[in-house]
Amino acid sequence: MSYIEIRNIFKIFGPDPQSALELAKGGADKDEILAKTGHTVGLHDVSLSIEQGETFVVMGLSGSGKSTLIRHLNRLIDPTAGEVSFGGEDILAMDIPTLNAFRRKRLGMVFQRFGLLPHRNVMDNVAYGLEIQGTARKEREAAASKWIERVGLAGYEAKYPDQLSGGMQQRVGLARALATDPEVLLMDEAFSALDPLIRSDMQDELMKLQAELHKTIVFITHDLDEALKIGDRIAILKDGKLVQVGRPEEIVLKPADDYVQAFTRDVNRSRVLRAKSIMEPITSGESQAAREDWPSIAANARLADILPVALANGTSMTVRDAKDTAIGTLSPQQIVDALVG
Amino acid sequence: MFPEQLNVPLGKWVNQFVDWLVVNYGAAFEAFADSLLTVLVALEQVLRGAPWWVVLIAIAAIAWHASKNWKLVIGLVVAMFAIGTLGLWDKAMQTLALMIVATSLSVLIGIPVGIAMAMSNRLRAVMLPILDTMQTMPSFVYLIPALMLFGLGKVPAILATVIYAAPPVMRLTDLGIRLVDQEVLEASRSFGASRKQILFGVQLPLALPNIMAGINQTTMMSISMVVIASMIGARGLGEQVLMGIQRLDVGAGMEAGVAIVLLAVVFDRIGQAYGKRSQRSHDAEDS
Repeated sequence: MSYIEIRNIFKIFGPDPQSALELAKGGADKDEILAKTGHTVGLHDVSLSIEQGETFVVMGLSGSGKSTLIRHLNRLIDPTAGEVSFGGEDILAMDIPTLNAFRRKRLGMVFQRFGLLPHRNVMDNVAYGLEIQGTARKEREAAASKWIERVGLAGYEAKYPDQLSGGMQQRVGLARALATDPEVLLMDEAFSALDPLIRSDMQDELMKLQAELHKTIVFITHDLDEALKIGDRIAILKDGKLVQVGRPEEIVLKPADDYVQAFTRDVNRSRVLRAKSIMEPITSGESQAAREDWPSIAANARLADILPVALANGTSMTVRDAKDTAIGTLSPQQIVDALVG
Repeated sequence: MFPEQLNVPLGKWVNQFVDWLVVNYGAAFEAFADSLLTVLVALEQVLRGAPWWVVLIAIAAIAWHASKNWKLVIGLVVAMFAIGTLGLWDKAMQTLALMIVATSLSVLIGIPVGIAMAMSNRLRAVMLPILDTMQTMPSFVYLIPALMLFGLGKVPAILATVIYAAPPVMRLTDLGIRLVDQEVLEASRSFGASRKQILFGVQLPLALPNIMAGINQTTMMSISMVVIASMIGARGLGEQVLMGIQRLDVGAGMEAGVAIVLLAVVFDRIGQAYGKRSQRSHDAEDS
């Protein structure tokens, strides 16, 4: 069993969700249920398994139910039907004090519009989670200082949120979520409100942090490029239903339906695809297929990094795994085909 | 003519109810009245007993604490001084004592009620029409049951004032809490804050500018009501106005009117300065 298990979640908004639930379980879609009962279906039979230590991205347009989904993980929203468990622990069965203890110790959340406390300075915002836990001032300020420095805001401890730029405010949001050392980081469109350049910086920063911390991250976004860049795995939601779950390359190379395909059309494939997924594999019988004078490339290299090598040599290339064994070949034509799709 | 058979004897019912209250709970009302009176008399003695310049210094200090603005402090001290020059210092101190007690009581009752209204939509639906009634009912009407229950004097004056003046602080506490950014609340819940931690750590501090505006309005309304309440024996500036009317002494009535306005201006400015401070508490520390 995976670390986070979401099973058959339905969320229906309206005065009498149970009445609409039967329709939804019977297979009626969102528009039909709205027309018949006046209830809005937020999530329709969503099941997901999220592994410990992975960055799991949920992607969807507005109204797809992605923000509703992430709020089920810390029960800011309760489902109409379904199960949510962390490490085998059923969180829907928790009473309020247990739930609060669970939120304090094991979860951190980052919000789209930051959700900072406007009446507290950077230090007190970052220390907020620890303060809620009842940690002594000295101890929590030491921990907060560490994280403020880690996100590059040293010197800003006494500033208030409205004195900071959007990017800096979200660094505070990130430091606040990390200060309690949670197992799981929930990020709800965390970078969507930022300028493109700053957004890209923050994505890099998050990936750098994650390489050290190995948290379980659930990241919500409407931006497929962002999803492909930071996600180990991606789930695509449409109208409250799960359309596809897979690694970035699977999403791009094997879109489950026209909806996903439409998304992936404008993706910069050279940044997503890796040598391994488009090469011609060498089967044990034909080890001579790769020639000595061909340049070597790593199996995990992205096409964007391989292209200069291919252009400089003009020949095919040998793809080697981490142990330096030749596992495949890649010709310029294969690269072009993969890029054009 | 409207048929007399259809008359509803509302007046009779109210009379019966008040009689019933007096008969059954007279002792309790008296005990409450006594304790309120003790506080009021003590405060009045302090204000009237203190030399005038001590009161002026105290008001200057409060104004400075609220605004950090010398011009405002001087303006308010001059206004208070002017009340003295009208020969109404002692009466102004009586009015001030009544107003402080009535406002404190209104705030003490109003903020918890406002918080409860923000927490419960049902309570809010019940309270809003009651608050509307409390505010639109001619203020003289409150004087009558207050008189019946407590007799002539300062205690009924204070109670009538509280009924009239408490609604703004209730409304604005409710509004202020409801206006707190939903995402900030979600953030605080997501960190596992309990309801108490959310109320005192997030909702009340962020609602403070609105609550301060409510307290300011409540103060203003209690000044105006305290004046009306002089009709049932509360002393102070209102008494002077009433005397002006009875003796057709336009000058005396005018003097008292000016003093009331000056007193109102002083407390309005102090209240507003505190309101502004609560809105931008960190700017001052920063510059």
